[in-house]
Amino acid sequence: MPVMNMIQAINSALDVMLERDDDVVVFGEDVGYFGGVFRATAGLQQKYGRMRVFDTPIAEGGIVATAIGMGAYGLRPVTEIQFADYIYPAFDQLVSEAARLRYRSGGEFWAPLTVRAPCGGGIYGGPTHSQSPESLFTHVCGLKTVIPSTPYDAKGLLIAAIEDDDPVIFFEPKRLYNGPFDGHHDRPVTPWSKHAASEVPDGHYAIPLGKAAVVRPGSEVTVLAYGTMVHVALAAVHESGVDAEVIDLRTLMPLDIDGIAASVARTGRCVIVHEATRTSGFGAELMAVVQERCFWNLQAPIERVTGWDVPYPHALEWDYFPGPDRVAAALKRAMETS
Amino acid sequence: MNQFVNNAQALRLHIPEPQCRPGDAPDFGALRLPPAGGLPRPGFTADESTLRHLPYALIRVLDDDDAAVGEWRPNLGLERLCEGLRAMMLTRAFDEAMQRAQRKGKASFFIKSTGEEAVAVAQAYALDARDMLFPSYRQQGLLIARGWPIEQMMCQILSNSGDQLKGRQLPTMYSAREAGVFSLSGNLGTQFPQAVGWAMASALRGDTRIAASWVGDGTTAEADFHHALTFASVYRAPVILNVVNNQWAISSFAGIAGGERATFAARAIGYGMAGLRVDGNDFLAVHAATQWAAERARANAGATLIELYTYRAAAHSTSDDPSAYRPREEAAQWPLGDPIERLKRHLIRCEAWSESRQQALQQEVDEQVRAALRQAESLGVIGDTRIERDSLFDDVYKTLPAHLQAQREQLRKEG
Ligand SMILES: Cc1ncc(C[n+]2csc(CCOP(=O)(O)OP(=O)(O)O)c2C)c(N)n1
Ligand SMILES: [Mg+2]
Repeated sequence: MPVMNMIQAINSALDVMLERDDDVVVFGEDVGYFGGVFRATAGLQQKYGRMRVFDTPIAEGGIVATAIGMGAYGLRPVTEIQFADYIYPAFDQLVSEAARLRYRSGGEFWAPLTVRAPCGGGIYGGPTHSQSPESLFTHVCGLKTVIPSTPYDAKGLLIAAIEDDDPVIFFEPKRLYNGPFDGHHDRPVTPWSKHAASEVPDGHYAIPLGKAAVVRPGSEVTVLAYGTMVHVALAAVHESGVDAEVIDLRTLMPLDIDGIAASVARTGRCVIVHEATRTSGFGAELMAVVQERCFWNLQAPIERVTGWDVPYPHALEWDYFPGPDRVAAALKRAMETS
Repeated sequence: MNQFVNNAQALRLHIPEPQCRPGDAPDFGALRLPPAGGLPRPGFTADESTLRHLPYALIRVLDDDDAAVGEWRPNLGLERLCEGLRAMMLTRAFDEAMQRAQRKGKASFFIKSTGEEAVAVAQAYALDARDMLFPSYRQQGLLIARGWPIEQMMCQILSNSGDQLKGRQLPTMYSAREAGVFSLSGNLGTQFPQAVGWAMASALRGDTRIAASWVGDGTTAEADFHHALTFASVYRAPVILNVVNNQWAISSFAGIAGGERATFAARAIGYGMAGLRVDGNDFLAVHAATQWAAERARANAGATLIELYTYRAAAHSTSDDPSAYRPREEAAQWPLGDPIERLKRHLIRCEAWSESRQQALQQEVDEQVRAALRQAESLGVIGDTRIERDSLFDDVYKTLPAHLQAQREQLRKEG
């Protein structure tokens, strides 16, 4: 089976969908001739031509708005926002328009667009190349939000997102593009080729949106994570020796509430991890869900490990980043309470 | 009754493509460059309706023989021009040194302004030192021309303990209140309408200071560009709005930003605002155009949109390799030449300068940069920034709220 890093897997998903479905068009800033600043669309314009894969003006609001129009016509646009930090000029089009089109038109119109955007930090990108704005979108009914953590999942989830008839925000943790980064920034980078999930079939497969994955079964505590934090959580579990069950949520909306509840009901403890800032982050929603579904099973307060409530700093990036030590400390706290 | 078009032909979409890609020989043959000196200079309070040819013209002062010609020739002494040459050379030496520092792992990122030095330096010279500037990341020459210490800029780039911005910003996202330079944002175009707001405030208060802002050709596509023009035009705000058309926006040529059929200066026409288009590599022309716009703003005659026509000679940033999307030799063949070279030749022609003085000045600015960098590096570099960890939580709000105090405690405890 081919071995791919996450960029190659995303490229492969786009390739498969451009091949299979004439309605798929791919566009965004620098995605055409150049193939994207992260190379996710490399070679696609050469292969499918400029009418299917093209560069856009630097106008995120315009990119999403035209994608809605194309989607209303019947195309299946896949757009790239160069960094999640630059999605805000498109916020109105996403929140007021894409998300509500189906509802307000009584099902007459809909916008089957996919918005890809690299998210997360760990590359010294400073405040405007590091953000994780997922909770701004999970709060909006009508949008779906996906965040993969491996090449295999990235391809299958992206294909599912493109095939979905509702608007999907597809956040790609850029720190994972080249390897399963576990938060140990002072150690050499592990390439994806050493990881089983880098085996990615060439052809078409879809991973259904709304299904979490148990990436490490365990009995003592449930860890809920997504994106880069899945690998950080695995490292923390390994280093702390706790027999934790690590769940990769993969899609935040729709959320695999049953999968989460089944695990926490068994372990009786829960640690939630995300890189985004804390207050009103997606962890708050997860805590509410666990409390609603598992209150009588809980043996300890739910723990939450997140970025601090500050803009992503440049020099102090690793003091912001919720690394394995902070996750391990939370695991320990969860295990000490009974 | 419904109406249908009979025999309608199939529609086709136009996707702009630049003339040359890697492997092609650079070709600027389609560029129509009017000769220097031919364009009349209208009075700075002229009615906008009489200025609508200017966005399609090109203000040029230095001719092919390096002489300064025509009505736009600015009233600038030779001494001031020599200072301008020095500021441009210092800017270029600074850029070279910081690029090298980035390559050695001392900085995470850097953006050069090579080939665009006249834009920042001549424009800074044409404005009053108290005017407020809202630049993009490619006008480091504004800070240098205003005499802001290059050590300070270097500390920002190294993100070290000497950085006034406390290591928070990506390198090149300067902020220098004392020099009248607003904090840069990584989000393109956001500051363009903010500059208009600053200028509106200055006018509301009966102040005498004007504002100026800069965006690239690519950034003109953002809605904020149009917000700026609308507000500037509606309120006749005392502001100068600059578009630095360096032909490229990372890998996208100016045609992708809408530069194929109309000039960027011509955006002004639709807003009823004065628009000037100027040879951005001609120090004298840039100065003249900016001075005209500044006089117009100071006379309450309204805002001006200036397109500075230039070429991004270097990579977009240290993360970019332009040989993937444009011919390698393109920069060297830019028909409007290099701004430093052109001003130098003009000064030599005026017998105010010589090749040997040029060489001596080169050594002088190189040494100045080397000494400043030594000083800056002694305060830390990326990876060893020596920035106080507690400072992470400062300045989110004016005073530290309880929840951030608690988070700071937790960071101290958990490391
Ligand atoms: C809102 C936003 N979208 C995208 C980006 C990513 N980006 C950074 S620079 C750049 C190109 C800008 O080109 P231009 O405006 O021509 O300025 P230049 O770099 O040529 O000076 C892009 C797309 C960004 N910083 N902000
Ligand atoms: Mg540009």
